[in-house]
Formats: sequence, structure tokens, C-alpha cells
Amino acid sequence: MKVLAAMSGGVDSAVAAARAVEAGHDVTGVHLALSAKPGTLRTGARGCCTIEDAHDARRAADLMGIPFYVWDFAERFTEEVVEDFVAEYAAGRTPNPCLRCNERIKFEALLDKAIALGFDAVCTGHYARLEMVGGRPELRRSADMGKDQSYVLASLTADQLAHAMFPLGDTTKDDVRAEAASRGLSVAKKPDSHDICFIPDGDTQKFLAGRMETKPGLLIDDATGAVLGRHAGVHEFTVGQRKGLGIDGPAADGRPRYVLALEPVSGNVRVGAAEKLAVTGISASAPVAHVELDGPVECVAQVRAHGGTAPAVAELVDGVLRVQLREPLKGVAPGQAVAIYREDAAGDIVLASATIDATS
Amino acid sequence: MAYLDHAATTPMHPQAVAAMTEALSTTGNASSLHTSGRRARRAIEEARENIADALGARPSEVLFTGGGTESDNLAVKGIYWASGRRRVLASAVEHHAVLDAVEWLERQGADVTWLPTDRFGRVSPESVAEALDASDDVALVTTMWANNEVGTINPVHEIAAVCAARGVPFHTDAVQAVGAVPVDFAASGASALTMTGHKVGGPYGVGVLLLARDVKCTPLMHGGGQERDVRSGTLDVPSIVGLARAVRISVEEQAFRAVEIAALRDELIASVRAVVPDVIVNGDPVDRLPGNAHLTFPGCEGDSLLMLLDARGVECSTGSACTAGVAQPSHVLLAMGVEPALARGSLRFSLGHTSTRADVEKLVSVIGPVVERARTAGLAGMRRSRKVVKQ
Repeated sequence: MKVLAAMSGGVDSAVAAARAVEAGHDVTGVHLALSAKPGTLRTGARGCCTIEDAHDARRAADLMGIPFYVWDFAERFTEEVVEDFVAEYAAGRTPNPCLRCNERIKFEALLDKAIALGFDAVCTGHYARLEMVGGRPELRRSADMGKDQSYVLASLTADQLAHAMFPLGDTTKDDVRAEAASRGLSVAKKPDSHDICFIPDGDTQKFLAGRMETKPGLLIDDATGAVLGRHAGVHEFTVGQRKGLGIDGPAADGRPRYVLALEPVSGNVRVGAAEKLAVTGISASAPVAHVELDGPVECVAQVRAHGGTAPAVAELVDGVLRVQLREPLKGVAPGQAVAIYREDAAGDIVLASATIDATS
Repeated sequence: MAYLDHAATTPMHPQAVAAMTEALSTTGNASSLHTSGRRARRAIEEARENIADALGARPSEVLFTGGGTESDNLAVKGIYWASGRRRVLASAVEHHAVLDAVEWLERQGADVTWLPTDRFGRVSPESVAEALDASDDVALVTTMWANNEVGTINPVHEIAAVCAARGVPFHTDAVQAVGAVPVDFAASGASALTMTGHKVGGPYGVGVLLLARDVKCTPLMHGGGQERDVRSGTLDVPSIVGLARAVRISVEEQAFRAVEIAALRDELIASVRAVVPDVIVNGDPVDRLPGNAHLTFPGCEGDSLLMLLDARGVECSTGSACTAGVAQPSHVLLAMGVEPALARGSLRFSLGHTSTRADVEKLVSVIGPVVERARTAGLAGMRRSRKVVKQ
């Protein structure tokens, strides 16, 4: 196959590309320039698209002897990921930009271009297992549960997955690093990226404050309706947040208070007791189903990239995925994705993903 | 493989390789006073005289540098600093070695007049005169002899005359011009001229700034006082020897090479147009570098074209690239008034002294399907995603 390997400059995508080469594919490496201003050598080196990362990707490609190019997706990335991220927060929702980037950049903008240029697949260093079963792509959790990224891939359509290649799904991160070292890849010891790549200093609130209209609002006790204080804007809060609420001490009952809901229209933030955070019902739209969902299905639901899983029953009704959790989950916010899995000893299988609209 | 990127760098002449190789195995610092030093010094001075002779300069006007970028920086900053004046006139289509040096000076407090160009990327002597007459504080005018991207040749003699009449130093970046068109420093009337080794069949990392004797220039680097005290640093004897040989050959062969290469270039353009009828040729159709074919393929992304051609053994260039290797729409094309989308879909094919008809045929044999494919990919890139409507 002709394979386009997306190479971020990190260890995972480098080893993934090397494995694709070793499997006999005709591989071309591409580094996506996603930042409109690549900046200096060191800025934001924890994320992607610094000059240093492009250099690291290039050196890895050199070592494998594959052609390597840098493609500019900054404009698309800004429109589809960064602006969406800001708009979602402004609407009081909690987006997942990595998921969005997979959906719209790596497996849409890049994949479309790759296919048009004669490639058969896009290869990335994601930790997830992908196989074609009966002509349909089957996505499973990674063998390394600590690194599993199936959640941020679960919203890819069958067509997108049919042209995806994740060579690292069977491997643990430790083994990938060891393999990188044995292959002589200089990125073997490069630290993992953790934060949102376009917010290198990790200060999401500052990033948002500079990009959206901020509207001051009230901090309201959800139980009593009492006004507890004022705040500069809903972007400063996330559902489940406890610290930094700007209110004096615990509630009258002596228990700490948490952000329960953000109301962007009024600008109000509702706070309340921890148990009010517990969610058992999820309603999610824009579903992508990987199997026929006829009637209620027993599953495991996951509501964020790491952790946040619970046994559940899910049903697709009129384009809405309704998930009834058997154990409550906390910190479930509109805008996040819910992915549902069928438990399987060989790795849980992704059944569907959808965007959370409401919780109960 | 068809190497069609001679404007990026061109193979070394075998004679230059031989001369340089021989010089590599001899020892001697040209500043030393003993026998070995004198031998090195002699090699340098012979090279200097050779280059001066080939380019219509006096030997004392030849300053050896580390290449085109250094020569440009030295001329632009050095002449500006030495002048005590505040304004620099530069064209908007300069190579980054000039452009970025001028922009840096601007950030340091210089006033800059960006000279406009016509749709071919050419600077007119009238616009230079106009800008000069608008200010009595001009330190330097700098416009390139020939454009490295689109190949358009500037009327440097006329521009130099305009500057000379007003007593303002004129620098020209002739990196692409030397060996490609006749270049005579004295006859041109320029005060300073940049050239570099690796564009004329010489080694990398060595170049020349021709600096007229009466032009003051503050050094960028201070040290041993070599090169008229303008460019300190131990002279790189082997590179300078190789450079001199390459300059001599390329200038001697210029007249017939230019005819030969231009014929091949015209054939390239005609043959590509036969396959891709809507191809656009950028730059002056007549007054251009003989080896330059700068083509726009509407509906294509330059990076797609480059990759597809590279995979088929044809090497060319998309124009200026930033450090991360991202293809940016060329500032030259934008200054010429080309739409950004068209600018992105442009490739520079450049021929040189080792180019053959087979190189052109190779390109022509693959360009049709490549453009077709890149066009499909270009459209795919245009297509925005299915927008999920949020409530």
C-alpha cells in the first residue's frame, strides 16, 4: 500500500511510520504545520508543530529512508479546531480538541488530500487497535490501557477508519520507546506531549479570555438559588471544578461546592454539592455508530480521554444516543464525547461515539 | 532523475572540484608571513584577480565572504551604518537575505521605502528616482539584478545611474545573474554587488561582495582585519580557489550556455503548455534568466505538485521556504499582484550547465498526470468539512 505517515516529531508516530515501512508499505512521511506562527525553536515544544518537532520528524524519516515533507494545515487547523474550541467554550460546552483534530484534520483534511494524491491510507502513532472484520473497520482499545486513545478516534466514520493505520495498537508505550531506541531514533526519550498543543503554557483560561467575548455573570447556589458571588465569564469554569470559585468557604452545611452547570446565555454558573455532579443519564447527538445498534445494548461508556468509564445500557433513538449509566460518573459536561464499548477480553470494541448534549 | 533546481544550487564544475581538492591538501594561513602563508596568500590573490577580471571589477573591490547571505547582509547593514543616513530603498521582491536584513534595520529605527514592482517583478528606474527625490536621507538603494524566483531581470544599469546621479550607493544582489547573463561591475555602475559560489558551479559557503573602492561599509564582524578591514576572518583558501575557477568557467561559457539553456527552457515551457494548456508563465516573458521557468498550475497546491514530481524523479522548487519547511505563498508573486491561491500553485523549474533535453523530456512525460492528480487533491483541500450545526 501507499501510506502517508503523519509524523508529529514524537516517538509514537516515528515508530508507527517505521513499522509501516517494515511491513513493506511504500511510506511517505508528512509533518503537519498546524500553527500559523511556528515561533522559535523551543516555544511549545510539549505540543506539536514547533520547528524542533518538524526537525525531529525529518530526522526520523531520514533514518527510515523515506521521503518527507512539511504540509501547511495551519489555516484548516485554526478554523476547524481552534475556533471550534473557543466557540464551544463560549457556548458553555467542554470540547475535546484532540478528537476534533482527528475528525477534521488528520482523517479528513489530510486523508482527503492523501487519497487524492494516490495514497491508500494515513498512518498515525495512536494507541488503538484497528482491524477490518467482514469489510467493516473494528476499533478496539490499545493493549496499553494507560495510553489507550480509542476514545479520541471513536468518532471517525467507517470510511475514515477504512483508510487509517494504527501500527502501535498492540504495543505498550514502554515497548515503543524501547523499539525507538533500538531503531536508533533520536526521539526515543522525547517527553510525551500532554496538554493542548495550541496552548503550550497550559493556561486555557488565559487563552480563551483573549479570544472570546467574556461576559460577567453570577455564581448561583443550585439548591437555594442564592447568589454567592460574581465572576468574569463562564470560560473560567468547567463542570466538576472545585477550586478557584471565588466564594468564601464551604456552604452552610459545611460541604465543598462544585461547578454543576454553565449557562452561557445568562452568564450564570451553578454550583452545588458533590453528589449533584453525579450523572447517570446521558443524551448525545451526532452519533457515529460502528455496529448496528438495534435496541438497548449492554456496554461500557467513557466520557473523557482517560478514565471516566462506567457500565451502561445504550440505545440509539431517532439520531440520539441515550446512555443509562449503571454507576454514576462525575464531571460529565455537554460538548464532551461519549464513547460506548462492548467489553471483550481481546480489547474492548468501540460501538459508537456521540457528542453529549445533556445529562441527568 | 531530472534535476531542475539549478537556481537552488548547481553541480560543481569538475575543474573547480579539482582545484579545490588540490588546495585542500595544502597548509597555510594567508595572513601568515612565512613560506606556507605566502603560498596561501598567492592563491587567494590570484583568485581575487581572476574574479575581478571575470566580473569587471578591480581586485581590491573583491571581498571574500561566507556566501550570498553574508554578502547581502554586509552590504545592506554595512553601507547603511557607515552612511549616517536613515533611509533604505529596497524592492519588495528581494531575496530574504536582503529583505530580512532591511526589515531588521527597520526594527532598529531605519526608515524604509519599499520599491514597487510591475507584474513581472521588475523595478523601474523611474520609481527609484521618485523615491530618491522624496528623501534626502537615503543611505542605500538595493534591488536584485535578477529575481531568484521568477527570473525577471532588472534594469540595473539604469537604476545604478539614477542612484549615482544623486550620490546614493546602489547594491545589487547578482547571485542568480552571474554566469547566467553578462555581469560587469564597473559598467553596471553599481556600488556593491553580491555573488555566491554554489550558483555558478563553485563550492558552498563562499561568496563575494564586490565593493567599490569609495564606498564606506561598516563590518559585521570584527577581528583580524582581513578583506579591507570589512570582513575579518581567516580566508578559506580551498573554497576561494574553487570559487575563482568556477567564476572563470561560468563567465567564459556564459554566452553560449545562455543560448543553449534558454532554448531548452523554451522547449520546457512549450512542452508543458502542450500538456497543461492553462499553465501560466510568471516573470518577464523575454527579459528573464535563461534557465528560469516559473510556472503556475491553477487549481493545484505547489507542495502536492512537488511531492508527486519528486516521487517520479523530477526535482524542482515551490519558491521560498521557511525554516520549518512549510511552503508559503511567495512574497515575490504576491508583490507582483498574483492571487495567493495561484501563488501557492506555482513551481520553479531552473536549468543549468548540466541540464539536458532528457531532463525536460522526463518532466514532460509526467507533468500531465501529476497536474491532474494535484488538481483533484487541491479540490479535496478546498472542500470544507460537513459542518455539524450546533444549537
